[in-house]
This record gives sequence, structure tokens and C-alpha cells, in this order.
Amino acid sequence: MWSIIKALIITFRHAFRQRVTIQYPEEKPYLAPRWRGRIILSRDPDGGERCVACYLCSAVCPVQCIALQATEDASGRRYPEFFRINFSRCIFCGECEEACPTCAIQLTPDFEMSEYERKNLVYEKEHLLISGCGKYPGYNFYRQAGLAIKGKGKGEGDQESPPVDVLSLLP
Amino acid sequence: MRMMIGQLSVIFGVLIAALTAAAFLIWLERRLLALWQDRYGPNRAGPFGLLQVPADMIKIFFKEDWIPPFADRQLFVAAPAIITITVLLSFAVVPFAPGIAVISPDLGLLFFLGMSSLAVYSVALAGISSNNKYSLIGALRALAQLLSYEVFMGLSLMGVVMLAGSFNLNKIVEAQRHLWFVIPQFPGFILFFIAGIAETHRLPFDLPEAESELSAGFHCEYSGMKFGMFFVGEYLSITLISAMTATFFFGGWQGPLLPPVIWFALKTFAFICLFILIRASLPRPRYDQLLAFAWKLLLPLALLNVLITAAIVLALER
Repeated sequence: MWSIIKALIITFRHAFRQRVTIQYPEEKPYLAPRWRGRIILSRDPDGGERCVACYLCSAVCPVQCIALQATEDASGRRYPEFFRINFSRCIFCGECEEACPTCAIQLTPDFEMSEYERKNLVYEKEHLLISGCGKYPGYNFYRQAGLAIKGKGKGEGDQESPPVDVLSLLP
Repeated sequence: MRMMIGQLSVIFGVLIAALTAAAFLIWLERRLLALWQDRYGPNRAGPFGLLQVPADMIKIFFKEDWIPPFADRQLFVAAPAIITITVLLSFAVVPFAPGIAVISPDLGLLFFLGMSSLAVYSVALAGISSNNKYSLIGALRALAQLLSYEVFMGLSLMGVVMLAGSFNLNKIVEAQRHLWFVIPQFPGFILFFIAGIAETHRLPFDLPEAESELSAGFHCEYSGMKFGMFFVGEYLSITLISAMTATFFFGGWQGPLLPPVIWFALKTFAFICLFILIRASLPRPRYDQLLAFAWKLLLPLALLNVLITAAIVLALER
């Protein structure tokens, strides 16, 4: 009997508690910097595409939502001819980001990508490419730090830059 | 002629008030439950989400009204009407204010009890005519539960009748001019309210529905507005039980300053909120516990209450 009354009182006291609901469209939720949301392709600090079309992201993708075609430019550098992510399949697991050797593909804290048509969820390269470096400012895959040899440390040579810890942001 | 118009306006006023109250109870219940569960509830459509009610009504009217081919057609159609009709008929005897009641028979209390007993048919027929095992179990539970709670629902009101000396609801309200019956009849109030919750088969006594075990119990096969009728019937009977609790134990329309109708509405509203609060906080008991609770605890208590009240009334009269 007493426990029933206590239950009623406890429930009633909840009327004066803070509500946990976030009124979404008006009130945006906090997204962590490492939030795995919309996928982007980043550029290196010089403005070139980072992606070298190695197919690792496509291979590791558990739902096969990434499709790309490698090609080479005049200087023999590989880049993707097309790069397509089907977001209606993507499960935002972040495996592609972990697999990417050049830090080109990255997941961002953004989830507001609803569409009325399924077709519009297929993002092409021009939708994916952003103009900045994303999470790894200043990193360029084609810069090299070289090897430490006698009289010269890593990244101290003429055409060398200091080494980058490519694993710093991995979970 | 003028009397007839007055009578008609009272009838339609009561009908409209009861149905509107029932409709907005859906919104109120969702908002209150949300409040007690630290959520918001429906707050998008219109001010405070009030337009949720018309939206739900439009939705439910346009749903497919499906009668399963294996169901007993006539009973299946009749069942949802019975609950709404019986509960609405009970509203006829509710005294909203001095002189404002559709009818004021001398046996008003018995009329109310009889009508609430008839509502059992709705649940039982719905479950049986659906021809579905879950519905049948639900109907079985509903029958046993409603019949056993019916017994001491009547007994719990006998104390009130003895104190007021009448079955007429108006006279019962009048008799509470100086002292609300909740004070001399506190056990009666508790018993009546428990029986009322069981009669409306609301949580924690919603075993006939028990959506977690019987999918939806007796109205498992119902869809569209037929399901809506059960819903309206349920909310109507919540309003009715709340109104009756206010009438029998809390002085009905009596109160200082405010007009009687407002007092009556306020008291009814408080009990509706209590209904929802109980739903929000108590779990559903097991079936045998429910029946044992009724027969082994509440019925003896109700009898004891009648006995003691009668003894005291007799002793005071002497």
C-alpha cells in the first residue's frame, strides 16, 4: 500500500523535472567532433584532391556503398575519375575513413541529409569534395619526411617536410 | 415548448461536453504521461499540440474499417456501439449543477451502476465475436474482472446512500453541503475508485487489453472508427467515473465562490488527472492477483464498510 503511494508521489514529482527531449528542428543536438555523419572528400593544403583512388575504402565498405574509378592525370598521379557514395546504403561505420591512406575520405558531424527521392541520396564526386582539409589540416600525402640517415633526421632534408602522425585522430 | 427547448439544450450540452471531454482526454493523457516521463508529448499541431485531436480524428475516420471474414458480423459491429451508448446514457443522471441534469431519477445511482454493468457486454461480445484467441482470452479476463469489481463497486456506494438517505444523485450532492462524504466514507471512496479503474479497464487493471501479452486483447481485431469507438468509450467512462467520484464523495457541484458547473468540472478534472497519474506509475498485476485482490481483500472491506456505516447511522438515529 505504502509502496503504491510512494510510486504515485515519485511519478508526480517528475512533473517538475527537466525534460530530456531535444526539440530537434528548433534546437540542434550537440554533435561530437568525431561524430560519424555525412562523408566528404577532402583536399590537401595545396588545393589538390587527396584521393589517390586506391579502392581501399570501397573494398573495406561492409555495405558496398562506395564506387569509384581510378585514372591518372598527365603527370601520372592517380585520382578518381568518378567517386560515388550511395548514402541510402551507407551505415556510417567509418571503416572507409580508417582505411584511407591519404586521409581523403572523412566523416563529418552532420546528419541532416534527408531527401524526398531516393536517387538524390547518391552523392557524386562534386557533392562529396570540399575545398578544405577537413580533420587533418596541413597534411599532404605526397609530401615526404624521408628516412633518418647519418647527419639528417626525419624530415630535415631539402624536399622533405616534418613527419605527420597519421593515426592521431583514429578512434 | 420552452421547457422542451431547455431540456433539449441540456441533453445536447451534456452530449457535446462529454464527447469533447473524451476527445481531448486523448491529448491530455498523452501530454500528462509525457510530463511525468520527462518528455513533451504532442506539441506540434496547433497551440500546445491541441490540434492533435482533430488530426487523430481525421486519421481514424479515413482508416480502413475492416471486418474480418471469420468474425461474427452483427455482434462485431454492435459491440463498440454498446460501450459508447451505455456510458453516454450514464451521463444522463450526472448532476452537473443544481437543476442541470438530463434526468434526475430517484434511483439515479442504481441507473449508473446498471449502465456500467451493461458495458461489460460490449467487451465480452467484442472478444467473442472477433473469433480470435487473443480476443477471446481478453474477453474472458474482462468478464471475470468486471463482474468481480462490479460487486463491491455497488457495495462501496451503499455507505454514501445510507448517509444521504437517497439513491437520487441530486439529493446525495445536497446531503454533502456541510461535510463531503469522503471524510466519513474514506474506505468507500478508495474502494469505489479502485473499482472504477477496473470498470474502465485502465492501467493497472487493463488485463483485458494487456497489449504486451494479448496484443490488444478484446479489441485486437478492430480497426478504424470501430476501434475509435472503444477508445472514446474508454475515455468517456474515465470522465464518468471521475464525475461520479466527485458527485458521491467530493460534494459534486458544491463549492464556494465559483459557479457550480466550474466546481464540478474542476473536481472531475482532478480525478481524471489522478487516473492518468495512476496509469503512469503502477505496473499491471498478474491475473490471479487481480481477482484475489478483489474477492479476498476489497469485497470483505466493502462489506465491513457497509456494516460499520449502517451501525453508526442506526446508533446516531436512536
